[in-house]
Amino acid sequence: MNPKELITEKVKEKFSPFIEETSDFRDDLCFTVKSEQIVPFAKFLKEDADLQFLMCKDVTAVDWATRKKRFTVVYHAHSFKLNFTLRIKANLESDPPSIETVSSVWRSAEWYERETWDMYGIKFLNHPDLRRIYMPEGFEYHPLRKEFPVLGIPGSLPLPHKAE
Amino acid sequence: MGLEAKLTQDGFITTTIDAVVAWARKSSVWPMPMGISCCAIEMIAAADPKYDIARFGSEVMRFTPRQCDLMIVAGTVTYKMAQVVRRIYDQMPDPKWVIAMGACTSTGGMYRSYSVVQGIDQFLPVDVYTAGCPPRPENLLNALMTIQEKIGKTRSRDFQNRSLKELELSQN
Ligand code: SF4
Repeated sequence: MNPKELITEKVKEKFSPFIEETSDFRDDLCFTVKSEQIVPFAKFLKEDADLQFLMCKDVTAVDWATRKKRFTVVYHAHSFKLNFTLRIKANLESDPPSIETVSSVWRSAEWYERETWDMYGIKFLNHPDLRRIYMPEGFEYHPLRKEFPVLGIPGSLPLPHKAE
Repeated sequence: MGLEAKLTQDGFITTTIDAVVAWARKSSVWPMPMGISCCAIEMIAAADPKYDIARFGSEVMRFTPRQCDLMIVAGTVTYKMAQVVRRIYDQMPDPKWVIAMGACTSTGGMYRSYSVVQGIDQFLPVDVYTAGCPPRPENLLNALMTIQEKIGKTRSRDFQNRSLKELELSQN
């Protein structure tokens, strides 16, 4: 059985009521799970003896601007056992957008989630240290949201006064 | 002209203090290499044997601002980094000069974006701008020569002690 079939079978067996969508575009397997199930789902992927998705490679988000569920959080997990990278998505309905942190499962997700918070303003609940990571701490906006102007908001980032 | 010839003939030369000081200053401009991104690679190339910035007396790249006369800002300056650049600039002793190396430092370059300062002249007094992304080492050497020319024209009274008030300001 190839890894894709194995993963699909295992996931369907345990989580089928919570999977909103499965896609397999150009060999990229992707599951969309209900956002409240993200932590059990991640835990399952990591701890299942046949899957062993030990590494979280990335957490990011998509801002769909006009959709009702405006934000989608995207995770990439890697299994060394299967040599396979899996994509997991979760659509967020809440306003302000929020989802449970997966940093309790994958430690590496901690900083990725800080980045996603910084750029999109998505709150990761129960995150140990949800601070901005790129933008200065006093900054009030989330630059990768669609309504944010490319050139920024004048005066929102302080510059030192001019030396003579 | 041959300084040796002059000295062995008469044993002395007549000049002004200003001229000697300016000559000494411009022949030993010690750069502060503010290499923040890709432009820094060309700045390093300018120091290698092929381009040899030592010909101009500027091979002594100092990584402490307290020993520098010239800040070469080589790279994209973000708003977050601007505070750091300014802080280092403030620690350099007077008199001091600034080269804005490359498109990024001069104008923001291709980063027309919320995070990048659109020209470091918004918070630093820039003496020479260099075009290019990155500028070739020759271009940097040309900027250095322009600075040298500028220093050659200075007189001591151009650098009066700065008033206490200004110094306090720049420490914040
Ligand atoms: S001007 Fe070009 S080479 Fe220089 S820092 Fe900017 S992007 Fe890099």
